[in-house]
Amino acid sequence: MTLVLIAVAALTILSIIFGALLGFAAVRFRVEGNPIVEQINAILPQTQCGQCGYPGCRPYAEAIAAGDKINKCPPGGEATIQALADLLDIEPEPLDAVEGEKIPVVAYIREEECIGCTKCIQACPVDAILGSSRQMHTVISSECTGCDLCVEPCPVDCIEMRPIETDLRSWKWQQPTRQYQIIASDKEALE
Amino acid sequence: MSELFLIAVSAILVNNFVLVQFLGLCPFMGVSKKVETAIGLSLATTFVLTLAAICSYLLQQYVLKPLDIEFLRTISFIVVIAVVVQFTEMVVNKTSPLLYRVLGIFLPLITTNCIVLGVAILNANRTEYGFVASSINGFAAGIGFSLVLVLFAAMRERIAIADVPKPFQGAAIGLITAGLMSLAFMGFAGLVKL
Repeated sequence: MTLVLIAVAALTILSIIFGALLGFAAVRFRVEGNPIVEQINAILPQTQCGQCGYPGCRPYAEAIAAGDKINKCPPGGEATIQALADLLDIEPEPLDAVEGEKIPVVAYIREEECIGCTKCIQACPVDAILGSSRQMHTVISSECTGCDLCVEPCPVDCIEMRPIETDLRSWKWQQPTRQYQIIASDKEALE
Repeated sequence: MSELFLIAVSAILVNNFVLVQFLGLCPFMGVSKKVETAIGLSLATTFVLTLAAICSYLLQQYVLKPLDIEFLRTISFIVVIAVVVQFTEMVVNKTSPLLYRVLGIFLPLITTNCIVLGVAILNANRTEYGFVASSINGFAAGIGFSLVLVLFAAMRERIAIADVPKPFQGAAIGLITAGLMSLAFMGFAGLVKL
C-alpha cells in the first residue's frame, strides 16, 4: 500500500515540477506575433489589390502561413512566387491559371467624362491616379498595376482597363517558335 | 576514456539505432526528401536525445531507484521525453521560425520517436553505465541518427532525378535504398564488443 502511495506521490511531484518548467519556458520563450507572417508580408508587393481573393497583402500572408498556395499574386508575378518558394522551402508553381491568362492591362480614364469625385483615387492601392476634387483625374500608367480596384467605385463608369500598347519602351522580341530539334528535351517539349 | 570512445563508436556505427537496431524509421523515411530539412531534424533530434538521456539517467538514479519504484520507468521516461521535446519546440520556435515551419509535425513527433525512449531504457538496463557514459551514449545515438539521415537524404535527392522504373518509384525505391544502407552497416558488426 505504501509503495502505491509513494509511486503516486512521486509521479505527481514529477509532473508538477515539469509543468512548472514548461510554464516558465512558455513565458520565457514567448513568440511575439507570427514571425513567418512578417517575412511573407515583406515579400508580397503590398499593392493590396485583392486579386488573390483576400482583402489585402497581410491577410494573404497569414493565409500562406496557414498553408494556402503561393501562386495567387499576379502583381508580384514569377519573382514573388520564387522568393516565397525559397523562403518556405517548397516547390515554386506557375501563376494561378485563371489569373495567369490575363494580358497586362492598365487603367485608363476617359477624361471628358470624369466628374472629379476622387473616389478612384481613394481606391487606388499604389497612388497611380492623379487629380483633386472637381478636377479631372488621370492615371499614371507607369505606376498602374492593372488591379481593377478603381473601376468599381467610379460613379460615371469612365474608367476602363486597356491592354498595354506596344511602343518603343514595352516592345520585346518575339519568342522564336521551336519547330526544329536541337537537343532531346526540345523533342519532348514538342510532343 | 577508451571505454567512452568505444561506447560512442558502438552507438554511431556498430549498433546504429536506425540501420542496425531499426529504431526511429518514421522520421528516417519521412524527413529525408531534402538535405536541409534532414540536417534540421538531425540537430533537433540529437539535442533531444542528449538531453533526454541525461534527464532519464538522473531520474532513474535519484528518484526511481531510491524510492524503489523502478516499475514506473517507462511512464516517467515518456513524461521526461515529452517535456524535453516541448521545451525544444519552444526554443526552436523562438530562435528559428523557419526551421520550426520546415520541420512541422516532425518536431513534436520526436516525442514518439522510439530512438529517444530506446536510448533511455537501454541506458537504464546497463547498470554499469555512469552519468557520463549514459550521456555519451545518448549523444552518439543522435550523431548516428544524423549521419544516416543526412546520407540517406543526399541519396534520395539523387534518386529523385534518376530514371527509376515505374513500379519502384517513390517510397519503394526509398525502402530498397534504406535496406542496402542497412546491409552496408552490417559490415561494422563485431568491430566493437559491448
